[in-house]
Amino acid sequence: MRKARYLPAIAFISIVLLPGLALAENASDFLKQYEAAALQAPSFKGFSPQRGESFFRATHGRDWSCASCHTQNPTAAGKHAKTDKQIAPLAPTANAERFTRPDKVEKWFKRNCNDVLGRACNAQEKGDVLAYLISLKK
Amino acid sequence: MKLLNRFVVLVLASTTLTLSVGALADMRISTASNPAWKAECGSCHLAYPPSLLPADAWRAVMAGLDKHFGADASVDAKTAAEIGAFLEKHAGASRGKTAKPILRITETAWFKHEHDEVGAAVWRNPKVKTPVNCAACHRGAEQGNFDEHDIRLPK
Repeated sequence: MRKARYLPAIAFISIVLLPGLALAENASDFLKQYEAAALQAPSFKGFSPQRGESFFRATHGRDWSCASCHTQNPTAAGKHAKTDKQIAPLAPTANAERFTRPDKVEKWFKRNCNDVLGRACNAQEKGDVLAYLISLKK
Repeated sequence: MKLLNRFVVLVLASTTLTLSVGALADMRISTASNPAWKAECGSCHLAYPPSLLPADAWRAVMAGLDKHFGADASVDAKTAAEIGAFLEKHAGASRGKTAKPILRITETAWFKHEHDEVGAAVWRNPKVKTPVNCAACHRGAEQGNFDEHDIRLPK
């Protein structure tokens, strides 16, 4: 009889909460996805935090780099280059919310690559930058 | 005498009431909120209250989000529909017809008029940096409070 009292709670957890947990991702899940996509190119030789850092700091034929807003130190808060609005730290070590939601990650890569490069970023570029961000310690 | 006193009090009271209601109406900025609007419009700049632009201007803003004042601010279709409906529902009144709607709030006659006492030195202050930075002086802007009594110019 006692067990039966917990049944609704158990059912709730397994039906509602667990699938939600399975959907939540972390930064290394994203890295695996980019790797799977980057492997389509036969020349792919893995991701490089150093290459990611250079990419992050450089401009790419336009006014802004990633660092223009996220600063040279992605573990610290950034500031929008135009409006001065504060931006939460980008590195997952400094901000646990980063790289947890695929819709958000894709939205910002789409927008920001467009602003910085004038095109979408490819899987190699995304993976290099993410490898760089993951390598940063708080 | 008593009657006259009462009359004076009544006149004073009604004048005060009319003046304060008038002042309120003049600077009333909608505090309507919507989670998608707050999250999307508030990530790169303050989520500007919908009452600051008329509906046709908001429609044009929403139609050009991929080229939003020099940045890509595009959102998915479902979110765009929700935010667009919210903005139009709470949009401000059209103030005179222009051939093309003014999309920059800072270029509207209303904004210029409200800020005509603000000196050039204030705008040049690095803590203000740009007129889009409402919260530099309107300390309650994030909560929708633009009351002129709550303005504090940064030093």
